[in-house]
Amino acid sequence: MQTIDMDSTARRDLNATLQAQAEATNQTAWEIVNPKGSHAIAVGLDAPIEVTVKGSTGYYCAGMNKQATVHVAGSAGPGVAENMMSGTVVIDGDASQYAGATGNGGTLIIKGNASSRCGISMKGIDIIVHGNVGHMSAFMAQSGNLVVCGDAGDALGDSIYEARLFVRGSVKSLGADCIEKEMRPEHLSMLTELLARGGCDANAEEFKRYGSARKLYNFNIDNAY
Amino acid sequence: MCGIVGLFLKDRSLEPKLGAMLTHMLITMTDRGPDSAGIAIYGEDRPAVSKLTVQSETPDQAFATLEDDLSTALGGPVTLRRKDTHAVLEIPRGQITPTRAALEMIDPTLRVMSSGDTVEIYKEVGLPKDVADRFDLRAMAGTHGIGHTRMATESAVTTLGAHPFNTGPDQCLVHNGSLSNHNSLRRKLRREGIHIETENDTEVGAAYLTWRMQNGATLGEALESSLNDLDGFFTFLVGTKDGFGVVRDPIACKPAVMAETDQYVAFGSEYRALVNLPGIDLARVWEPEPATVYFWSHADTSTPTEKAA
Repeated sequence: MQTIDMDSTARRDLNATLQAQAEATNQTAWEIVNPKGSHAIAVGLDAPIEVTVKGSTGYYCAGMNKQATVHVAGSAGPGVAENMMSGTVVIDGDASQYAGATGNGGTLIIKGNASSRCGISMKGIDIIVHGNVGHMSAFMAQSGNLVVCGDAGDALGDSIYEARLFVRGSVKSLGADCIEKEMRPEHLSMLTELLARGGCDANAEEFKRYGSARKLYNFNIDNAY
Repeated sequence: MCGIVGLFLKDRSLEPKLGAMLTHMLITMTDRGPDSAGIAIYGEDRPAVSKLTVQSETPDQAFATLEDDLSTALGGPVTLRRKDTHAVLEIPRGQITPTRAALEMIDPTLRVMSSGDTVEIYKEVGLPKDVADRFDLRAMAGTHGIGHTRMATESAVTTLGAHPFNTGPDQCLVHNGSLSNHNSLRRKLRREGIHIETENDTEVGAAYLTWRMQNGATLGEALESSLNDLDGFFTFLVGTKDGFGVVRDPIACKPAVMAETDQYVAFGSEYRALVNLPGIDLARVWEPEPATVYFWSHADTSTPTEKAA
């Protein structure tokens, strides 16, 4: 286990060190101490390493992640795991705005609540939230899965394309073109796997599925102002 | 961008350290707002005293005989405490209106930064660290305070464009965001007789709250109606004699983090601003909900009042 102390290591050096890890590195376990809400911790990683951040992070932690597993033992600021390509990001606490935004792949697990715009423009990432998500979550979501074990705020899935949204609790309101859809057997098995991956103590049958009504795909003059 | 901080103490033993704690929070927010900084700090409530904080471009000249001139004009005792470009005038309680009138006669170039029984506001152009040093903010004691680091987007970088803005006796406002209907609202408020000095958007927000309260609204009601009448992005932190309040616009793009322990309630634009507070690792940390008005008051420290708008 390598430990990097952010009280004595500059963030650019920290990120350069982690980014330099090769595919076949034997230094697979890293621990970052004293993050103190710093921005852009452990971004742009591209190796199968495990990074644990001991504390809460600021903006854009674990952005653009590939392959790596980043575990935040605290809460995460805005834009955590933004544009993730693959790998896993786990937040023990809460996540601020636009967690997992534009994510192309990988898994983002938030054990607390996520704030507004969780999964905005998601493009293939799987986001599993143990608690609630705020307003405008999955806005313009294109692909992937958003699982919410708690409640969802206003305008869930506004202008959604093809992502699947699973919510166990209440949905304050659905956004434009987002509708409730039937839970078919393939969705139940898919959700069961997602819940297991996210470490959620929940039963897939307690969830409802939401997705696109596909009414906004083509220009419709009646939708114009 | 801008950075906001606030600290409301529940544990009175921390009061001597309020200035030091708040200054550290403020300086941490320098990269969110390096062009100006300001702080409003609520000190001891002495029953016979009210205070005005005034600022001058030419303090040596302006403050030289101000104490005597004001004392003569009011016919009562006045003490002046100078800090750099600012001076705190301690006057007999209840004399704020005649003092403002007298200051207008004595030196119309003086700018009143704050008025009230316990509040003092200090703000200037410059890096937060330098502003804090000029006013020796670390040494200040108090019950609660709010601060702001500015990255100007809507109007000029000037002392009067810095935050906090005084909205009424012992009340002030700091703002992260930008208001988009401030020009039309400024015209409307000026027609209503509200004095607005600059082209700054936040001053209009502050003037709006002042106007609503002059027309009978409570601060909570004024904040709730601001959600309908102000167009734009905002996280507001408002200081009152008893505590502070927080409200975010319904979209809530502008960040806000709160932390609460048995000793304090703290606000920061980012968690970074809070990391040096005592016991932060065990604090309850959360984000205030959009379009919801929160208040913490020394009148009732047990629970915040929260009102969905």
